[in-house]
Amino acid sequence: MSTGPNAPAGFPGAGVGEMTYVYAVGHEGPALDGLAARLPGVDGRPLRPVGGGGLCALVSAVPADTFSERGLTAQMEDLDRLEAVARAHHAVVDAAFAETSVLPMRLATVYLDDARVADMLVRQCSEFRELLGRLEGHVELGMKVYADPRPAAASAPATPASAGAGAGRAYLRQRQAQQRDSQDAYRSASDLAARAARLADGVAASRAVHRPQQGRLAASRPGVNVANEAYLVPREHTEQLRRELSALAEDVPGVFVEVTGPWAPYSFATAVTAESAGGGGPR
Amino acid sequence: MSTDIIGGVLGETEPRGGPPIALIDILDRLLNGGAVLTGDLVLSIADVDLVHINLRAVIRSITGEEPAPW
Repeated sequence: MSTGPNAPAGFPGAGVGEMTYVYAVGHEGPALDGLAARLPGVDGRPLRPVGGGGLCALVSAVPADTFSERGLTAQMEDLDRLEAVARAHHAVVDAAFAETSVLPMRLATVYLDDARVADMLVRQCSEFRELLGRLEGHVELGMKVYADPRPAAASAPATPASAGAGAGRAYLRQRQAQQRDSQDAYRSASDLAARAARLADGVAASRAVHRPQQGRLAASRPGVNVANEAYLVPREHTEQLRRELSALAEDVPGVFVEVTGPWAPYSFATAVTAESAGGGGPR
Repeated sequence: MSTDIIGGVLGETEPRGGPPIALIDILDRLLNGGAVLTGDLVLSIADVDLVHINLRAVIRSITGEEPAPW
């Protein structure tokens, strides 16, 4: 994968040693053409519209060596680099979505050159059109439920400073109370997640479940993420659903809800099927 | 960050130009969501999927997340 195949002669776009990174696909027209002219892509490289089958892909050139499979793996091991690529990708998708309906691509969707992107658009235009039609007029809202027993635990009396059997019993009682708080918080959070899903069901066209967030990148949030979902919502119902979801946790101790978005419908754009049934496609 | 969430709602709005969007929320969408395109003649279907799968593994390893079916 270290080779950087050249673009076919006469076809504009990715040059020698470059490949074509695809951000999003929408209907061909002035909206995406105009965006491409004024927005940078990954590493500040200029965006280009690539047309095919009445559709338009927003793309930019990327170096073939750093975006080959091996190069990408190396890049993504660097968290700063990963963040730069991910944020650049999202910035393009977000700006495009503000203008028109688009299908966001998965991170690091890289083609050898623009001609192959155009081919792909032509071959898959009916699937793209169908999916764009289904997503038209909708946005994605993210909804996360956290269990955080600490606010409740913090109000418990501190361990007495006195020594002896009384102090030991008090400590045990306090530990038991903390465990109860913690169990209560998890139970409340699970209940609340189920209520959120039912609430969204009445409004959302579709629901996607992401796995709960954990690890280093999740550490900026207090508590434990117990539910991480996304809803495809008709645009006109976005604020109402956001308010209703946000209100769910208002009187529930040890639980909080975070609503994010509106996002481009990332979590609902996975239905474009591979031309072959092989490989691990989206669920 | 923690002061504005106690008993309430975090990130009530994240409009364009608002507070920065958490990287982990972007990655949820860019690694689990987004259309998966395949069919490039040279970069085979298997290769494209392999890149995505490896990326998930790589990113999991550097973000300290426990293995889970993604």
